Amino acid sequence: MNGYKHIGKDFIPPDVIGKVTGKAKFAEDFRADGMVYARVYTSSMAHGRVTGIDTSAIAEMDGIVGILTADDLPPVEPPNAPMLTNTPVYVGEPILAVAAVDEKTAEDAIARIKVQIEPLPFVVDPLDSLIEGGPDAREEGNVYLRSPEGSGFRNVKWTREQIDEFRAGKQPTGEAVNEWSYGDLDKGFADAAVIIEEPFVTTGYAHMSMEPRTCMAYWQNGTCYLYGSAQSQSFMIPGLASMLEVEQKNVVLVSENTGGGFGSKISAYPVMALPAWFAKKIGRPVQLRITREQEYYVGSARVGFQGWIKVGFAANGRVTATDLFIVEDLGPNATGGDGSSAGGAVSIVYDPEAMRYRGVPVLTNTTPRGAQRGPGQNQIAAVMPPIMDRAARELNLDRLEIRKANAAHSGTTIYEEQEPVTSAYMKEALDMGAEMFGWEAKRDRPRRKGNKVIGLGIGQGYHSAGADGFDGLVRITPDGVIHLHSGVGNLGTYSYASTTRSAAEVLKCGWNNCVIERGSTEANLPWSSYQAGSNTTFTHSRANFVAAMDAVRKIKEIAAATLGGSAVDYDIADERVFRIGNPAQGMTYAEVARRAVQLGGAYSGETWPDDIHEVTQRAVQNIAGTGLIGVAKDTLRMEGVVPGLAVAFAEIELDLETGKYDILDYVAIAECGTVVHPQGLAAQMKGGAVWGMGMASLERHVYDPQNGLPANIGYHQCGIPGYLDTPSELRVGAVDLPDPQSPFGARGIGEPAMGCSVAALTSAIADALDGHIFSRTPISADMIVNHVSGREQSFKPLQINNF
Amino acid sequence: MNPRLSRRRFLKAVIASGVAAATTANLSLAHAGDRAKGAVERLISLNVNGRTRRVDVLPQETLAYTLRYKLGLTGTKDACNRAECGACTVLIDDVAHYSCSTLTHSVKNRAVLTVEGLQRADGQLHPVQQAFIDELAPQCGFCTPGQVMAAVALLRANPRPSREEARQAMAGNLCRCGAYDQYLNGIMRASERTA
Repeated sequence: MNGYKHIGKDFIPPDVIGKVTGKAKFAEDFRADGMVYARVYTSSMAHGRVTGIDTSAIAEMDGIVGILTADDLPPVEPPNAPMLTNTPVYVGEPILAVAAVDEKTAEDAIARIKVQIEPLPFVVDPLDSLIEGGPDAREEGNVYLRSPEGSGFRNVKWTREQIDEFRAGKQPTGEAVNEWSYGDLDKGFADAAVIIEEPFVTTGYAHMSMEPRTCMAYWQNGTCYLYGSAQSQSFMIPGLASMLEVEQKNVVLVSENTGGGFGSKISAYPVMALPAWFAKKIGRPVQLRITREQEYYVGSARVGFQGWIKVGFAANGRVTATDLFIVEDLGPNATGGDGSSAGGAVSIVYDPEAMRYRGVPVLTNTTPRGAQRGPGQNQIAAVMPPIMDRAARELNLDRLEIRKANAAHSGTTIYEEQEPVTSAYMKEALDMGAEMFGWEAKRDRPRRKGNKVIGLGIGQGYHSAGADGFDGLVRITPDGVIHLHSGVGNLGTYSYASTTRSAAEVLKCGWNNCVIERGSTEANLPWSSYQAGSNTTFTHSRANFVAAMDAVRKIKEIAAATLGGSAVDYDIADERVFRIGNPAQGMTYAEVARRAVQLGGAYSGETWPDDIHEVTQRAVQNIAGTGLIGVAKDTLRMEGVVPGLAVAFAEIELDLETGKYDILDYVAIAECGTVVHPQGLAAQMKGGAVWGMGMASLERHVYDPQNGLPANIGYHQCGIPGYLDTPSELRVGAVDLPDPQSPFGARGIGEPAMGCSVAALTSAIADALDGHIFSRTPISADMIVNHVSGREQSFKPLQINNF
Repeated sequence: MNPRLSRRRFLKAVIASGVAAATTANLSLAHAGDRAKGAVERLISLNVNGRTRRVDVLPQETLAYTLRYKLGLTGTKDACNRAECGACTVLIDDVAHYSCSTLTHSVKNRAVLTVEGLQRADGQLHPVQQAFIDELAPQCGFCTPGQVMAAVALLRANPRPSREEARQAMAGNLCRCGAYDQYLNGIMRASERTA
């Protein structure tokens, strides 16, 4: 028991009721008077140039309301994704849109339009583009580096010998464009008792959110109203305003529920802005509901890795040096940056004494990439465990002990700059997980039963998990209701709601008297962070805290002004402010709110702090005079990286004849500071576990090198895990030690929850096969059978686009 | 386990109904309907959630399309439109069906139950709905109406399933958030309450 009234307690998030009754509105459930329906024509070519669009066949069709092409839209600087294009760079890229009185008519029209596309060279494997003379995914270059020092296209080519050696699994010797290091790498390897060197592949795969993204938009008096599918809420506004070429105050975003995002809807995206431009052109509300197939195309995918790693270990298991090289498959829009993030994750999870990261972000004509749950951190989470396990075996160490020897703690420094962390308790998480899982007992049991063999795995996950500088906003209205304004998106983690409980905690109020204002710009929402990157819990616990502290200060000042004395003479409890030593002398929150309205000024939002964001300023302006306003920007101390950490233990039973395995037991421990919302945390840990299981053995995308066509666009083709692919029960726990830089000690967890899972599984599979390292995800049944029977694998070490 | 609910059996039924699994199934089917204009009565009566609804239905219109776009019952979700995910699951005569792959004309004389039809008039939630709230089973919530309906169908056929039976029966419903454990917890809790 932590002594808090709300923190660490379960509650019913208000939106969950609508989700079980069907009343929850997703973007496609909104309608507007006069609304028409849009459909898009997408590219059939991986790379090409549109040379002609023939719409004559729909000229006489009834019900067609308008056509939108790239020529109607502002140009977009490559490699950024446009809303519509005349130079498609992947199969499925939208070229034009048609609006009609119903979807059927729009779809019929799309089928009749003829688009001529002149083919251009394309590439679906980064190594094919890196090779001298190889095709480039874009005419501007084959590599794009996004960097604070200057982003831009590069043309990077390796010699055929360099590519051949890398393809054979040898250390890459070609040019890297992104490099960082710390410590003395040579000394680290010289000091090592064991050095392990491995090439690896982690295959890219689609986000496949359940909801095919939809947006409906219309304009009124120069303001654009968008009903979209968005991970974030307030954070979307600047990007949308930019895409629509209007001021931020002229954008209203309604996004009450979002059918999954996983990184693919963090900020404004082109398909969201498209119906707004269309609505502007034809003067009617336009809804664009894309299909499942199109969601695969435009819905983003994980960056694929083709890499090489060398790790040195001291005799006691300590990692002395890590050298990591990653060729990133960035898709056509250079959205990613996973490689360097993978290096950063290694620097904290395994804490090498010296480390070097080198990378080449290569463009391909495959589906656009984007942040996907632990972008980079979770790919490398899959690669490292079998290497740690082999080192433990060669050094005669327990596999748990070698992880504890390198476990992140509050003094660990990370990344190139060797920054501090706010706190970290990885060793405690490993100990807790080992006990819950029964590591020692399971480890010492016989493993082989006929053609079945038991494998045990330990995994660790990491993602940075918090930011600062965002705003909080609370309001107490004269009826005594406490309005907690949340500009966080509703992605399904319920952190939009659980973080507002920080404010309720500070205000010492009951939860039943609180209302969360959310889901629409018109609900007067503060400037909030992106709902991504495992950061909401830390970031918005702080933002809600500072807003509520501002409200409490004002409550006490109003009490003093009304009842005498000074603010320090007053305390709060039970939605009252009262004189210390004489609790009978006081005011209810409702009375304080009425008084705030009379007093005006900052008390009722007629003035506001200078440092709050313009989004928050507008929200405060709109609610000024309606009650007592607490509003502030988070300027609390923030030093170091906020780590979200997790560990997992998995027991699998692998069938040596079929190559399939069942997960018999799965235990995951969150190390995310104080637990704010137990059920929400369990949901993230279990959902993340399922994602890890998908990455370990099921999910991939495959592109045909002949034509650049995707081979698997549906749910089942992509390998989305279902009920029967995952254990019926998953066990989770939490270390629950507070982080000193969070008012209530909380950090985030969403992404490490997946990383620890895939890591535990690649570790368990290797364990079941006497330590064999596949160095590849997904590890499919046929790979296991080939290995067990001594047959060659059906692919070469660095090959991708294979089944 | 209730054999009526197995995924294999369901898919066979879908194939037998002559519905092609196309990405834009409801649209292309509707388009094909133009050719048959006049061949099939279009203004039909449907029994949905205990009420008779008169609705103009194209010959090859899917039930998901009719529910969402003609009757405004948007609780039924259209996530794949090709019988892969179960987000559109409804009950037809108490058996779970994918409404994206069911022709509306084929349910003319049958009782259709959608997620909107579960809550009692006095506001009381169905035990499955309440249990899913208690277990915080939904995450993003897009698959949830389908999960609810598949669970309701299971418990009507088998009020006391084992956890493994529930897992098998629910196998036709995907959840990208990965909330399977919590949905199963919810089903077991609802089963206990209704037994």
